[in-house]
Amino acid sequence: MKRYDVIVIGAGPAGLAAALKADENGASVLLIEREAKLGGILKQCIHDGFGLTRFNEKLSGPEYANREIEKIKKTGVSINTLTFVTKIEKNDDSFTLTLVTRDGIASVIGTKLILATGCRERTSRQIFIGGTNPSGLMTAGAAQYYINILGKMPTKRCVILGSGDIGLIMARRITLEGGQVLGVYEVKPTPSGLTRNIVQCLDDFNIPLHLSHTVTKVFGCDRLEAVEIAEVDEHMQAIEESKHIVACDALIISVGLIPENEIAEQLKIAINPKTKGPYVDQTLMTFAPHVYSCGNSLHVSDLADYVSESGELAGTYAAKSIQKERDLQEIEIDSHLMYFVPSHLDFKSPTRQVIAYFRSAGEYENATLYIEHDGKTLFKKRYLHLRPPEMERIVFSLSPDLAPATVRVYLEVKP
Amino acid sequence: MKKSLTCIVCPNGCRLEIDVQSHEVSGNKCPRGIAFAINEMTNPKRSITTTVRTTLSEYPVISVRTDGDIAKDKIMDLIHLLKDVVVTEYLPIKTIIVHNVFGTDVNVITTANMQKGDKCL
Repeated sequence: MKRYDVIVIGAGPAGLAAALKADENGASVLLIEREAKLGGILKQCIHDGFGLTRFNEKLSGPEYANREIEKIKKTGVSINTLTFVTKIEKNDDSFTLTLVTRDGIASVIGTKLILATGCRERTSRQIFIGGTNPSGLMTAGAAQYYINILGKMPTKRCVILGSGDIGLIMARRITLEGGQVLGVYEVKPTPSGLTRNIVQCLDDFNIPLHLSHTVTKVFGCDRLEAVEIAEVDEHMQAIEESKHIVACDALIISVGLIPENEIAEQLKIAINPKTKGPYVDQTLMTFAPHVYSCGNSLHVSDLADYVSESGELAGTYAAKSIQKERDLQEIEIDSHLMYFVPSHLDFKSPTRQVIAYFRSAGEYENATLYIEHDGKTLFKKRYLHLRPPEMERIVFSLSPDLAPATVRVYLEVKP
Repeated sequence: MKKSLTCIVCPNGCRLEIDVQSHEVSGNKCPRGIAFAINEMTNPKRSITTTVRTTLSEYPVISVRTDGDIAKDKIMDLIHLLKDVVVTEYLPIKTIIVHNVFGTDVNVITTANMQKGDKCL
């Protein structure tokens, strides 16, 4: 049975970056991908705006992926495409993975595992839309695949539910391809996507955005024929009198992404309910020793650049770590924060620099982020604007003599 | 009079204010914001990403983009022009398929590597 120092599961931006860094740090690496091609979802994200941080250039998704793929081809990383991981077993000092490949079933052993399995879109059934389930009811990612990869238009006249970035991008894409986007409906009183996407995808094409509105019902047997739209009150309950029918041939859903952690669950890895990804320390190691998590399976990022960065961190630490014992302390966050990654700090780890990502729980102006350890401020930063859809990145360090204790992170918000 | 804009140059999405007469810009974190705001008032421009058809079985369409910005009111003209462009051979990434769009120095380039026998479906 083949044995590797590091096995990376998933070859999207996180997995590619993780495999590259693990290889660069001297590990033997196996990269496993279930699709035929490397690059993950970037393959169908033909819009630009990728790489502004990582490459200082404005690239489309396939170009961004291509940069990483060209790099990995020059390394000794073993790559298995069209390969599924069906089972993971923990041994004393390693993991045995059962793989399904085109040649049949195979097993490999890895000393360390990196989970880079990305995320999935929430579907209409997960947000309890009533009515039938006709064709024309699809996620934004599915519409993106039909148009950008298959070259097929899945709609002539559609309604988009949810103002997540993919939904906004698809509103523009469908318009460019000659389809009509009747409107983007968002149940929350504020948009979910980046402001720049509201501007360049909706405003530029006069596509209306209806906040505090949702779809309550779908009509149509074989093909979607109409949707019922309702305004919602402050408790997000549909207002009966506001209900009206909009005729369309598709309902495109962009209502959020959820980290994919089926494999982590097999290993009984504890999941953080705030991120829906595993709890991790500053080296991105989960509660299961030698199992790392990165990219969108750790927490859903709004930029591929951040996904790659977390992949690089996981790859580097997985290759370098020889540590046996951990002293994990929780990072406590206050109610002004939606989440903070890492969720824990390992005080026994030689890694003293912490790269952290957080989202605010609400929209705040002039807020200050504090990181406190034992009553002392470790880090402080002022923000002019904080919005939940816009993830923030910070770097702070832990001095080597810092005593293990819970670290508190809070936002001071001026009323 | 001042006009509020959201900068679309990078994901920071700076909230800009520009004086309609003097074109004085505030709220920008970098100089690109100033250029963006002034352009928005005088000649708004966008980069365009889309797909063009191919005759190759591996690729029903191939992704392309402009390698610079074109005038916002030319977006649909460019989309219509690209409806008639068909790629008939396997092109490496960043191959120019339309030169000097509408007399500008902007080209349309491919954004994916095409290879015979590739599985992309």
